[in-house]
Amino acid sequence: MTAEHPMVRLTGVSKRFTKGKETISIFDHLDLAIPRGDFVAVMGPSGSGKTTLLNLLGGIDRVDVGEIAVADHRIDGLSEGELAAWRAANMGFIFQFYNLMPMLTAAQNVELPLLLTRLSKKERAARVHTALSVVGLADRTKHRPREMSGGQQQRVAIARAIVSDPNLLLCDEPTGDLDRQSADEILSILQLLNGELGKTIVMVTHDPAAANYAKRVLHLDKGRFVERELAA
Amino acid sequence: MRSLWLQVAAVTSINLKSIAQRRWLSLSTVIAIALVVIVLLAFLAMANGFQRTIAGSGADDIAIVLRAGSQAEINSTVSRDQVRLIEDAPGIARGADGKPLISPELYLVVDGIKRTTKTKANLPLRGIGEQGMALRKDIAITSGRMFSRGSNEIVVGKALLREFDGLDLGSTVAFGATRWTVVGVFEAGGSVFESEIWADLNVVQSLFNRNNIVQTVRARLTGPAALSELKNHSDTDPRLKLDVKSEASYFAEQASQTTDLIQKLGWPLAIAMALGAIAGALNTMYSSVASRATEIATLRAIGFGGFPAFVGTLAESLLLAVIGGLLGAAATYLIFDGVTASTLGGNFTQVVFDFKLSPWLIGEGVVLALVVGLIGGLFPAVRAARLPIVEGLYAN
Repeated sequence: MTAEHPMVRLTGVSKRFTKGKETISIFDHLDLAIPRGDFVAVMGPSGSGKTTLLNLLGGIDRVDVGEIAVADHRIDGLSEGELAAWRAANMGFIFQFYNLMPMLTAAQNVELPLLLTRLSKKERAARVHTALSVVGLADRTKHRPREMSGGQQQRVAIARAIVSDPNLLLCDEPTGDLDRQSADEILSILQLLNGELGKTIVMVTHDPAAANYAKRVLHLDKGRFVERELAA
Repeated sequence: MRSLWLQVAAVTSINLKSIAQRRWLSLSTVIAIALVVIVLLAFLAMANGFQRTIAGSGADDIAIVLRAGSQAEINSTVSRDQVRLIEDAPGIARGADGKPLISPELYLVVDGIKRTTKTKANLPLRGIGEQGMALRKDIAITSGRMFSRGSNEIVVGKALLREFDGLDLGSTVAFGATRWTVVGVFEAGGSVFESEIWADLNVVQSLFNRNNIVQTVRARLTGPAALSELKNHSDTDPRLKLDVKSEASYFAEQASQTTDLIQKLGWPLAIAMALGAIAGALNTMYSSVASRATEIATLRAIGFGGFPAFVGTLAESLLLAVIGGLLGAAATYLIFDGVTASTLGGNFTQVVFDFKLSPWLIGEGVVLALVVGLIGGLFPAVRAARLPIVEGLYAN
C-alpha cells in the first residue's frame, strides 16, 4: 500500500533556472517516492537544489517537465488559486527564520491557517490551544515573537504548521538559526509529530546532527539522490 | 466567501499594524498628501469666502438697473430722465408717503492704502440716494453716525476699515481734489457692501462733476415676481435701453467670474502637487510591499490568496491618505478659515472677504487625498498580489 501509494511521488521532474543568458539545470528527470509516515532529511551542498525540491513539493514553485503527486493528488497542473487551497488543506511549512508575523501574538500567528477554513472562532481557539500545547507553549499564547527566544518562535511556527492537521510537513533548515539545545528540542518535536501523529516530514538541512533525527537521509548532488538508511 | 473576508481582515490588520515599522516613510507620505489638501482647500476656501461675500449681498426683491450691455456698475450710465421713467415704472414698491423706493447711485473708484502691504488699491466710493440704506438688508451704523445729506461726509464699511489705512472714524481723507470726513462705520451682514465707502449721491455727483448721470438705480420691487414686469416695461419703452436684473442674480454673476478664476488656479496647482504626492505614496507603498515581502509570501505559502494581499496594501495606502487628508483639512481650517483678505472684484475695486471652509469643501479635499492614496496604492497592491512566493520567502 505504502509503496504503491506514497505520500510524495516525483516522476521525471526537470527544473531549470535562467540567470541572464545562462540556463542552470537543477533537476533533470528526477524521480522520487516518499512513503506515508516517513521522516526524510534532505542534505547536499549549497546549490544542489534542496530548497527547490521543497518548494516544488509545497506547490510554491513549478516544474518545467514531469509530474508531482502528493497523497495521490497531482499538483503540477493546478492553477495558483487551486494550489493555494491545496496548500492550506494539505501542507505545513516550517522555515529557517520562523516567518512569524511580528505584530501578531503566538495564538494569532498559529490561527492564521485556520482563517482559511470554515471553523468557528471558538473551534479555531480550541485548535490553536491544542497546537500550542503540542509544542509546549500553551502558556505563551499572548506573547509576540520579539518576546520569545528563537527556539520558542520556531515552536510557534511548528504549531502554525500543524494546526490545520496537514499530512505533510515541509521543513527548510528548521534548526539553522538555533543553538544546539533549542535545535534538539525542535527536532524532538518533529520526531514526535512523525512518530506519534504520523505526519510525513521532509526536512532540508545542512546539519548532520539534525539529519540523525530523521528515519532516512537523501543526499542530493548534481540533481540526483544518493540514499542511505540511518541506524535506528 | 467568509474565509475570503477573514483573510482580507487578517492581512489588512497585519499591514496596518506594521505601519509603525515604516513610520518615517509613512509620515512623509501623510505630510505630502496633507500639503496637497492644504493648497487645494486654501484656494477653495478663498473662492468660497469670496463667493459667499458677493453672492450673499443681493436680494431677490431688489432690482438693479444698468445701461444695456453693462457687465458691472463701473461701466454703466443711467441718465436723470431714465431715472424718472423708472420711478414711474410698474412693479416698483412705494413707501407710506407714496414715493417710489429707489436709489440712484454713482459708483466711483478712489485710492486707498492697504494696511498690510502699504500699497495703493482701488476702493469703491458709492453715492447713494435717500433710500440707499433702506434698500439693503442688515445695514447698521456700528459707530459714529450716518452722513448728513448735502455735506462731504462719508461712512465706511467695517471690512474696508479693517483692511485699509486712513479711514478711521473722525479722520479726514482726500479723494482727488476733494476732502471728506469719516463720520460713521457701518456693517452689512458680511456682504460686499462692507467693502464700500458711502456718501450722499448729490455731493458725489457735484464734487466729481457727474451731474445729471448716475450709474445704477436700485429699486425695491413689489415682490420677486415683479422683476419680469419691470423688465418687460424696460424692453418695450424705447427711452429705456436698460438691463434689469435682480440684485441677487447680478451679484451671483459678479461672484462667478472671480470664483471661477480662483478655482481654475487652485485645482491645477493642487493636481500638480498631487502628482508629486502620488509619487511619494507609490514610493512608500512599494517600500511597504518590499519590507513585507517575506510576510506576504509566508501567508501565500500557508494558503492565503493574492486578493487579501492586494486589499491589505491598498487599505494601508488609503489609510495614510485619509490621515493626510484630514490633517490637511484640519491645518487649513486652523490656518485659513476666517482669515480676511481682499482682491479685485467685478468693478475693479477691492472686495474684502473671509476665507471660508465648508464640510463640502473638506469632503472635496479628502476625496482628492483618497484619489492620491488609491493611485499610489494600486500598483504596489498589484505587485503584492502577484509577488512570486519563492521570491518573497527569500527576499530578506
